[in-house]
Amino acid sequence: MSKLKEYKSGIRDGIPIALGYFAVSFALGITAGKVGFNALQAALASLLCNASAGEYAAISLIAAGAGYAEVALMELVANARYLLMSCTLSQKFSPDTPFYHRLIVGFDLTDEIFAVCVARDGYLEPAYAYGAMTVALPGWSLGTALGVLVGDVLPAFAVSALGVALFGMFIAIIIPPAAKNRTIAWLVIISFILSCAAKYIPFISGIPSGIKTIILTVVISLAAALLRPIPDDADCE
Amino acid sequence: MSVVFRRKKGMVINVNKIPIYILIMAAVTYVIRVLPLVLIRGEIKNRTVRSFLYYVPYVTLSVMTVPAIFEATRTPIAGAAALAAGIILALRGRSMFTVAVVCPLVVVAVEFVIFNLL
Repeated sequence: MSKLKEYKSGIRDGIPIALGYFAVSFALGITAGKVGFNALQAALASLLCNASAGEYAAISLIAAGAGYAEVALMELVANARYLLMSCTLSQKFSPDTPFYHRLIVGFDLTDEIFAVCVARDGYLEPAYAYGAMTVALPGWSLGTALGVLVGDVLPAFAVSALGVALFGMFIAIIIPPAAKNRTIAWLVIISFILSCAAKYIPFISGIPSGIKTIILTVVISLAAALLRPIPDDADCE
Repeated sequence: MSVVFRRKKGMVINVNKIPIYILIMAAVTYVIRVLPLVLIRGEIKNRTVRSFLYYVPYVTLSVMTVPAIFEATRTPIAGAAALAAGIILALRGRSMFTVAVVCPLVVVAVEFVIFNLL
């Protein structure tokens, strides 16, 4: 009974997430379609991955003719943050919760579902996460498929506009923490500058963009970890 | 994003490989998400590792957003305006949904002015 209640709460909190996903995944679908994914493949990729940055990065790499290992490495780097979220979430599980729930909840550990799950009071009831997943996953997957299907018939201004929806989502993820944490604010600024430099400086600009993303991410994050380690008592989050 | 469009004209990717790419993407993503949940019962102790993982999302998303957002639109000015609008909205605590919807609208408005009125 209480599980059903939790499931319904999850659905309720998942609806705004699903709406946001739909707009963003539509733009992702347009990109996937340009690269050569059909609607079914795009829907499947989104259903199995549900990772905006990870999918976008991988699809960009595929478009650039990258091999399987490069795509796997990019996926690892683009999604590395989930390692940390997963670590935080492991503390939210009651010792009494059967183990298999970890395998299912982990499947759809996105930034947004992570955010609503850790915000729950006390231990996480898996049914709550399943409620959020029930609406968020189809929203993400169908949006991607629709982007592939109607992306080509959209007028140029609409394609141009939707192309920034994904970046809008990224901005919404990075800016609020930057406003609270000076180190993150500097990291965002430094990342912007170095990314532009890597793009426009003649010699470096020849390196494939996906590889540049990996190198920049590892170098900048490692430097920050060494120079400005987070406080020992800080939460995983 | 510019890479995607440019490559599309110049070279064709092997679409037969797409299902394999999807499986790789899905497998790597799932392992990353589920591994700590399965393996790590206690807290990560190494401070450098924790700090590195803590900073990665902000750096990688920043690197992926700029300068790509300038090239996703028909004129870089529209992309820059969308970036500025997104940052302002996010600073004011607007939701991800709002930011993801307003940024495209800013592009529509700016491109309309530039291409139709100027």
